[in-house]
Parts: sequence; C-alpha cells; structure tokens
Amino acid sequence: MAFDLNLLLVGTYHDWLIQGLRLSLGIAGITLVLALPLAMVVALFRLSPVAALRWLGVMFVESIRNVPLLAHMLFWYFGAPELLPDSLKRWLYAGNIEVLSATVALTLYTAAYMAEDIRSGIRGISSGQFEAGRSLGFSFLGTMRLIILPQALRVTIPPLVSQTLNLWKNTSIATIIGVGELMYQAAKVESSAFRSAEAFAFATICYLSVSLILTGLGLFYRHRFPVRSA
Amino acid sequence: MIEVIQTYWVYFLIGQFPDGPLGGLTLTIVIAAGGLLLAFPLGFALAIARMSPWPILSWPITGMVYVVRGTPLLMVLFWAYFFLPSITGQKISQFSTMLGALVLFNAAYLSEIFRAGIQALSTGQFEAARSLGLSYFAALRLVVMPQVMRNMLPSLVNQFVSTIKDTSLGYIIGLSEVSFIASQINNLVLTKPTEIYFALALAYFTLCFGLSRIAFWLERRLAQDESRSKMHRPSKPTLLEQP
Amino acid sequence: MIQFENVNKWYGEYHALVDITETIGKGEVVVVCGPSGSGKSTLIRTINRLEPIQSGTIVVDGKDAHSASLNINQFRAGIGFVFQQFNLFPHLTALENCTLAPKNIRGLNASAARELAIKLLDRVGLSEKADAYPAALSGGQQQRVAIARALAMQPPVLLFDEPTSALDPEMVGEVLMVMRDLASDGMTMVCVTHEMGFAREVADRVLFMDSGRILERATPDDFFNRPQHARAQQFLSDIRTPFR
Repeated sequence: MAFDLNLLLVGTYHDWLIQGLRLSLGIAGITLVLALPLAMVVALFRLSPVAALRWLGVMFVESIRNVPLLAHMLFWYFGAPELLPDSLKRWLYAGNIEVLSATVALTLYTAAYMAEDIRSGIRGISSGQFEAGRSLGFSFLGTMRLIILPQALRVTIPPLVSQTLNLWKNTSIATIIGVGELMYQAAKVESSAFRSAEAFAFATICYLSVSLILTGLGLFYRHRFPVRSA
Repeated sequence: MIEVIQTYWVYFLIGQFPDGPLGGLTLTIVIAAGGLLLAFPLGFALAIARMSPWPILSWPITGMVYVVRGTPLLMVLFWAYFFLPSITGQKISQFSTMLGALVLFNAAYLSEIFRAGIQALSTGQFEAARSLGLSYFAALRLVVMPQVMRNMLPSLVNQFVSTIKDTSLGYIIGLSEVSFIASQINNLVLTKPTEIYFALALAYFTLCFGLSRIAFWLERRLAQDESRSKMHRPSKPTLLEQP
Repeated sequence: MIQFENVNKWYGEYHALVDITETIGKGEVVVVCGPSGSGKSTLIRTINRLEPIQSGTIVVDGKDAHSASLNINQFRAGIGFVFQQFNLFPHLTALENCTLAPKNIRGLNASAARELAIKLLDRVGLSEKADAYPAALSGGQQQRVAIARALAMQPPVLLFDEPTSALDPEMVGEVLMVMRDLASDGMTMVCVTHEMGFAREVADRVLFMDSGRILERATPDDFFNRPQHARAQQFLSDIRTPFR
C-alpha cells in the first residue's frame, strides 16, 4: 500500500483531519486564555503573607500535578457531571460535554504548572529589589507592577512557552473521552480507511510544526530580551 | 462504596494476577520503573553525542531530541501500535509498545538532564582530573559522573513521577495499567463513576506526591551539603550582620 | 529631624534594639558604628519602616514613622535610602533607575524627570553612563547611581546602610567622595559604615552601638581620641590592628 498523498489534500479524510486540527488549536487557545490568569492568581496565593491562602495554593498545585491528565479527563467526563443536579446535567449532555470536560481538565492542569513557573520567577527576584522599591515610596502593588513583574516576566516567559508546548501536546489526550480533535480524527481515518501511515503522518507533522514554532518563539524571546542581572 | 472497594481492591492493585497477566497499580509502577531505567544507557549516549564536537553526531541527535519533545507520547504509541504491525505483519503486545515508547521518550528527556548536569559542573573539576593524568573517559567516569549523578538525583525522581503519569496513556491501547483497570471496574459497577475515578486520582496522587516529596527532600539535602562545603571560605563579616 | 524615643525591637526572643533614645538634627551628619550584630543596620532600617518596631516612637520631620495612619509610601518618598547591595533595578538603565520614582510618584513629566536625573548623574560623576544597564557598571558606579536614584526624590534626609561594604577596596573612595560632597551641601545624613576615615573627617557626631544599645555619643575627635566606654575602646583597638 503506497503512501497516498492525495488522500491528505482533498476529500472526506482531508476534511476530517483539518477539522481535528482546528479543534485542537481551538482547545489549546481557549485553555491558554483561561489558564494564564488562573495561574497568576494561584501564584499570588502561593506568595501571599496569609498562611491560609498559601495552603490553598499548595493544595491546588500539588493535588493537580500529581495526578495524570488522563485521570483528570476521566474524572471530569465520567465523574464530575454525576455531582450536578439533573437539569444541569441534561443541558450539558445536550451540548458538547466532551470538549467542555477536556477544556476544564486541561485548564486546571496547565494552570497548576504555570503557577509554579510564575511563582519561581517572582521569587527569583531578590528581596533587596522589593525593599528598594518600597524605600522610594512605591506601594506594594506599584513595586510589583513597575519593578518586580517586569523582571519576573523575562525569566518566566520561556518556561511559560514550554508549558504552552506541553499544553499543545496534551490536547491529544482528549481523544480518550471522544473529543474530535486531531488525534481522534487520525485514529478515525485509520480505522475507517486503514490509512494509518497517511493519517498519522499528517497528525505528526501538525503536532511537530506547532511545537517547533513555539520552541522558536521561546528562543527568539530569550535572544531578544535577555535576562539582565546587576 | 465500601462494598466496591472490598470487591475490587485486589483487582485495582494487581489486575488479574496470578490467574492472568499482572495489571493495576503494580503494573503501572513496574512499567514506569522499566521505562526509566532502560532509558539510562540510551539517554547517556545521546547526551554525550549531543555534546560531542562532531556536528555529524550532534546535529541528528539534537534533531531527534527536538522531534521527541515536540510530539505527543500518544502519537508515538499510535505509530507503534497501529502502524508498525501493518508493515511487519506482527502485532506487538501493549506492554512492549508502552515500554518502548517510554524508553524512547525518557531517553530524550534524560539526555537533557544529563547534559545540564554535566555542563553545570565546573570545568575546573574536569581539568583537575585531567591534570592528575586521568584519561578523558576516566575523568568522566571517576570524577565528573559521580558528582553529576548526585546532583541529578532530584531531577531523576521527578522524571520518574512524570513517567508514572505517562503510563496512564496505556489506557488507550488497552494496557491493563491502573487507569484501564479503573475504567473496567467502572463498567462493572456502573453506578459509582465519581467515586471510582476519584479513587483512581487519589491512588496516583499518593504515589506521585510521595515521590515528589522525596525529590524535594533530596534537593534540600544537596543544597545543605553545598553550603556546608562553602563554609570554610572567608566571607565578609558584614553579611552576617543581620540576625 | 529624626527623634527616637524608647525604641525597642525584638526578632522573636532576640532583643535587637534596646531602649534607643536619640535625636538627630537637621543638617547633621551622623555616623553609626559598632561591631557586627550590634543592631546598627536594624536601627537605620527602622527609620523608614523597613523593619517594624515593638515599642517606642520614631519621628521623622514631624511624622510618626510607625503610626498606623501614616501614608507610608508618601513618607518613604521623603527619605532617601542607600543599600549595601545597591539594589539597582537591573531591567532599567542608570537614567531610568533615577527617573522611575520621580515620574510615577512625583508625577514629573518625562523631560523634567530626565533633566533632573541627568543633573544628578552628573553630580555623582556618571552622566556618560546614563544609558548603561547596571550589569555593565562597576560596583562603585552602581552605588553612585543608587545615590543619584535616592537624591532624585529630593529627600531632606539620606540614610546609608553600609554603602561601601560590598565594594572592592579600590572603589570605596569614589563613593565616599560623593557622600562627602553631599555632606558639605548640608544634607542630613545617617550613615552606618565601617569607614573610620570618613567618620573622622565628615561626621558631626559618632554613635557607637553594641548589643542593640547606643553606648557612646561623641564628636569624632572625642570618639577616636578619648573613647569612654570599654567596648568602644576595644572596638577601636580591633579595627586599628586588623591582623591580630
């Protein structure tokens, strides 16, 4: 069975795969938009002077990072809806509950990792910087905004880019709960046409290209905005 | 729920063993440990090759590491499990597929850990060893690697945690590790999905959190040793000023 | 200008400042010295409330530094503070370090802030380094920029917390020169320092601290030639014969 490039360029199978790619990109994009602010809040919780908030932050991060994403997805798809009242459940099942569960799982999972990157970026700035800002008369938030965050951002962007790359790869796991993303569609082409080589090659190239673009962006950022230390 | 636990806990832990193949949480640990340990020699070779001065060796390896890091593990599983048999005509067991994919992935990640560990060590150590008359490989083996291994221990434990989490993907190809077993139990019980999947998450959490605590503890111990070894250096008294 | 009254501070069980009562007048240059761990850095850090105190009052320019109702940011903006480790902002150039606070707190427009910063950098002898990042400056240059940054808020008081202790010996002179220049302009200054030559020539008064107490207050002449307290005598003989 020779490699049939045409299959990837036109026709039903082509449409399926493109649909899958679109959904994968969409899920990754929405998750990124939701996870970043959540991660920022969790990171600030982790750094807060209030012990209760710090604990909350630790619980969030540790309970999520120490369980595989696949188990998160199974829980949010099979387990969590059972806890909801019937009317809400019916409404959810009428909609696209697969995509919703996958997005919830991915958002929490990605946010937990990003929160740790943001936290260590902020913690890497010496306390002297904070004191110098306060001594000039800046408020806590003013010092954060003008002095700490601009420095923390430089250090934090590259790890956040790698987390985004992980997020992109992790979207593939949504296959297991039947989300029609790229991996799912590739498997569908495999099972209905026995064209695994073509379908998998397409998916692999898609995953790789986006990953390489993200890696390139990370390298570019590091080159363009080198970390300055006194 | 207590009834469910009483009925299925052995199945959850070891699968059908000893009447059938080993499965459950035990298989998860076995396959993760195997996937990490077998990746050691390959990861080490890749690290050395990447740092070698010959581009003909370092470029393809660097390329390979980028490819592995840019591809989902699931994709590799699909290739190995669905595509390979179609050209070899021979079905590979789920166990071998998973183990092979994990070894490949871990080797790529380990090569990065090894490389960082070797590069972080000051060249002074290597130069001192060479000045004593040790050969390149003797210096690597006797002086550099023991220190690198020690410094890398926390990263290795963390890599083990990721590997345990990665084994859950075996679910998709029907490998009877703990996630697959949990879904089997769910199919048998039918009425308690929340509890069963929560129990699955709890099992992973206990295992991975325990291990990452060990990594954290190791990291702290190493940091302490480090600061102790620096103690004899004279420091400015003013640094000790503040109580 | 600065009044301490029965100030006490503890770090847990450790009594870091013990019943400090002292007045520093306007235009006065006071050097605080003493052995390591004597509480002199803690003392200077309580003045702009980088360290809280547990009892007593500190009044700066008529304002109670540790009262809960004080607008702490406005208060700190009126006190210049120079750190041992410089603490320049590494993501900003020397000039931007000096314009950040005037622009954002004083509300100066960009050109006025720039003009002021250049004048001050010139005063510390670094106008040609205005666009350099801190990483490209030597320790002595960084500390001079840090002084210019503190001056940019035009504070009536400047506090120095061991400004030369983190410097290589050959760079101490340039920083002391700037400090000397400021003192001769009538700036009120409190300096924690080990530079006894500076204390002798520039200070109006020397405070000697040990174990959280001010044990001796004297003119430089009295302090160096006729120290009264046994600990002060010991301290002076220690620093004169460093290679015991």
